[in-house]
Amino acid sequence: MRVSVPSQARAGDSLVAATPRTVEQLIRLGYDVTVEAGAGEAANLPDESYVAAGASIGDREAAWGGDLVATTGTPADEDLALLAEGAILIAPLAPHSRPELTAALAERGVTALALDAVPRISRAQALDTISTLSNVAGYRGVIEAAQAYGAMFAGQVTAAGKTAPANVFVIGGGVAGLAAIGAAVSLGAQVRAFDVRPEAAEQIESMGATFVHLPAAQQEVSSDGYASALSEEQERLTLELYAEEAARADVVITTALVRGSAPTTITADAVAAMRPGSVIVDLAAAGGGNCEATVPGDTVVTEGGVTVIGWTDLPSRMPQHTSQLLGTNIVNLLKLVTPGKDGEAGLDLEDDVVRGMTVAHAGDVLWPPPPVTVSAAPAAAPDPEPAAQEDAEQKAASASASRTRRTVLTAVGAVALGVALAFSSPAFLAMFTVFVLAVFIGYYVISNVSHSLHTPLMSQTNAISGIILIGALLQLGSSSAVVTALAFVAAAVASINVFGGFLVTYRMLGMFQKGA
Amino acid sequence: MTLVSIAQVSYLVAAVLFILSLAGLARQSTARRGNLLGMAGMAIAILATVALALDQSERPVGVTAALIVGVLLIGALVGTWRARSVEMTQMPELIAILHSFVGAAAVLIGFNSYLTEGHDAMHLVEVFLGVFIGAVTFTGSIVAFLKLSARMKSAPLTLPGRHALNLAGLVASVALGAWFIASPSIWPLLLMTVIALAIGVHLVAAIGGGDMPVVVSMLNSYSGWAAAAAGFMLGNDLLIVVGALVGSSGAILSYIMCKAMNRQFLSVILGGFGGEGAAAPSGAAAVEGTHTEVSVAETVELLQSARSVVIAPGYGMAVAKAQYPVAELVARLRSRGVKVRFAVHPVAGRLPGHMNVLLAEARVPYDIVLELDEINDDFAETDVVLVIGANDTVNPAALEDPHSPIAGMPVLQVWQAGRVVVFKRSMATGYAGVQNPLFFRDNTSMLFGDAKTQVEAIVAAMPATEPVSA
Repeated sequence: MRVSVPSQARAGDSLVAATPRTVEQLIRLGYDVTVEAGAGEAANLPDESYVAAGASIGDREAAWGGDLVATTGTPADEDLALLAEGAILIAPLAPHSRPELTAALAERGVTALALDAVPRISRAQALDTISTLSNVAGYRGVIEAAQAYGAMFAGQVTAAGKTAPANVFVIGGGVAGLAAIGAAVSLGAQVRAFDVRPEAAEQIESMGATFVHLPAAQQEVSSDGYASALSEEQERLTLELYAEEAARADVVITTALVRGSAPTTITADAVAAMRPGSVIVDLAAAGGGNCEATVPGDTVVTEGGVTVIGWTDLPSRMPQHTSQLLGTNIVNLLKLVTPGKDGEAGLDLEDDVVRGMTVAHAGDVLWPPPPVTVSAAPAAAPDPEPAAQEDAEQKAASASASRTRRTVLTAVGAVALGVALAFSSPAFLAMFTVFVLAVFIGYYVISNVSHSLHTPLMSQTNAISGIILIGALLQLGSSSAVVTALAFVAAAVASINVFGGFLVTYRMLGMFQKGA
Repeated sequence: MTLVSIAQVSYLVAAVLFILSLAGLARQSTARRGNLLGMAGMAIAILATVALALDQSERPVGVTAALIVGVLLIGALVGTWRARSVEMTQMPELIAILHSFVGAAAVLIGFNSYLTEGHDAMHLVEVFLGVFIGAVTFTGSIVAFLKLSARMKSAPLTLPGRHALNLAGLVASVALGAWFIASPSIWPLLLMTVIALAIGVHLVAAIGGGDMPVVVSMLNSYSGWAAAAAGFMLGNDLLIVVGALVGSSGAILSYIMCKAMNRQFLSVILGGFGGEGAAAPSGAAAVEGTHTEVSVAETVELLQSARSVVIAPGYGMAVAKAQYPVAELVARLRSRGVKVRFAVHPVAGRLPGHMNVLLAEARVPYDIVLELDEINDDFAETDVVLVIGANDTVNPAALEDPHSPIAGMPVLQVWQAGRVVVFKRSMATGYAGVQNPLFFRDNTSMLFGDAKTQVEAIVAAMPATEPVSA
């Protein structure tokens, strides 16, 4: 089958659904690939590079006329007319907000896979374009903020005095938020971040930011990986928190998206309270914006001197990597639907991932898909059943009982041994004293040995226990032939031990060396 | 000043040197010195003993001297030859067979002591105990040697009523001991020796391959106690001191190994764990899923883009003798500025510290070879983990599935890293017979094939001289 990749019709959209590298992977899956002339130009990927990777270059008709059409932008109506009946379209289709588009595709008999409807299960992460775009947007958002912010992100100590690092506050610890945290931290800013999902705290802290705690506003651990809408009380509290943090911050990056729509996080009042020169980056601008001052698609400066960045095309401002990552998402999707690697796409609608993405097939609209039981968070540990608890208590009780029993037994044994020793000969007692002391010395000496030296330690103790040789040597001189013979054998094996053990330890220790 | 008192002083010096020797082995920087101090102690002890033996000889001195030179020559020749020629992957076998020598010597010395010295009750008890421990050590070590060198199947031998058999052997030995003390004769001693030899065989035969680190260190301990028992029967303080040192050393090592496996010492010794025929333990969550395969080329790409790599080696690396290509891989990665470290689980391999010796042999600097506790927290910040021939020691089920047979065993938490590549010959289970959910994780990829071949292929695909970016 032929995979075709059209160029973006929309001005300013510089992304492309395949790069030469992903073209190679597609060909390895058995597909022929056609790329529209000039599709990769904006991403610095000339047509020749596609040809070199094995693709053919075609015009607009050819690019929309493939058996599979992959694109990174939502197709326009006139493009849909170019689709062949029975073709498979892979594109972001916004099935939740634009049902008419899905209906039109179904009517044309096109099988449509929505790149923005990938179910949130871990198996599907490799083809989740929303994660890809969020990740890039989070990074670019920080870069935009750094440009608009009239100061350095990293604190400096110079001969001319010192400057404080920028305070960055990130709202939302999803993919975009975490990417923004990572970028801001690596630029040297001090980053604080908040998310209503408590399980995000650990991830936020792992990226190097400080998690802002607000227990009253925190939600239950979410079962599907998305944040859900807040209760009124929670909302009031979080808004207060955001305003307070924003007033302290030089840069605010807000990424709150609840299932496609953007709740307000930064009110107009909060913006007014911010210092002149501060910057707000609204990564949810495409959904209407988290900040009340946001103008989606534009950057505005408020009366109070706060720059509010509402660009909606952040991923497209970094076309090379975004295209590469999106292209890989698409390759991963095709891997899923081309199990035979024979260039024949087959949809397995039993597969949760495929089913979730397929919004139109064989004339029917298949949106919305049946709910997938997912576990984005480590499944909330089911409370240990009462029975198990009882069991544990019983175990603890019996353990403590057996501990008591053991103590008593040890004490009895020690007393018995003491009595027995008191009856033994003084010569034996002297030897026994030496023995016990040596055991304790051994215990303390060996306890310090580093784990990596256990093997040399063993062969060394082995060699040393060859000391039994001296016992055999003393018996060698016996007048009895039998005794001498036995002693000879004993001495021979023991001396093998002595020589072999010491030498092999020496050889081993010689190998250990410290790194440069 | 008599020869005996000079010898006694020499023994004291030797004992001190041995203690210093073991203390020196605690750290890499002093280990070499510790080894030399041990040799010095041994030389002093042997010299003093030779003088003493010649002095006390009941035969012509020349004959005794010739015999002594003879045994020392045998020991020097055989010992040096083995020490020179042994491969580091065979260390466990060598150590096991050396233990058996100590056991054999203890048995023979015990018999001699019975034949030459008085028959008071105390001495008889000492002889009896010494021979018993020596005999168990002797055959136990031989079976361990056979298992480790793959001359015998490493699966545990599970005879019906095996605990009863051991117990019966023990009871019979005690009864024979009573007979021996009541009417000293060679028969009960001989009978008991046979029973003890059988106990030794059976005890170790019942323990599976993966528990070998515990067994070897346990036998190490036994060989020490055997030497101590010999010291008691000969009235020799040096033997007692050294035997006690070695005995407690082996006991501590066994304890450390058991803790690392989260198992009771007794249950390891009594054996039977991880039998191939053992039914899947009921209650353990069934693990199923699909694994992802990865090619050498993709692994190379992964490694080239990684900043931090951790390698978790296991017995499989020793079997495939892959330590040299692994070391080469590490050298190349390090020359590219990648932070490479090793994560060694305490029971990786068949001998405590086995992996460390193999890596040292391949000239991996020891300061990048870390222990479980040192590295477990770092996995989250690691880009790529290469699991080479390890299985149970990286099994997340130990922490996550309370019904798993290895539940509670501390494991290397490799799955927290960005990507995990598992080098494995097939999807077979590890020693514990437990399926490993790690293989089915999303961030885990399997690289099937012989570990050595695969690592060599990766090294070959990775250019050696890439300038380190500043």
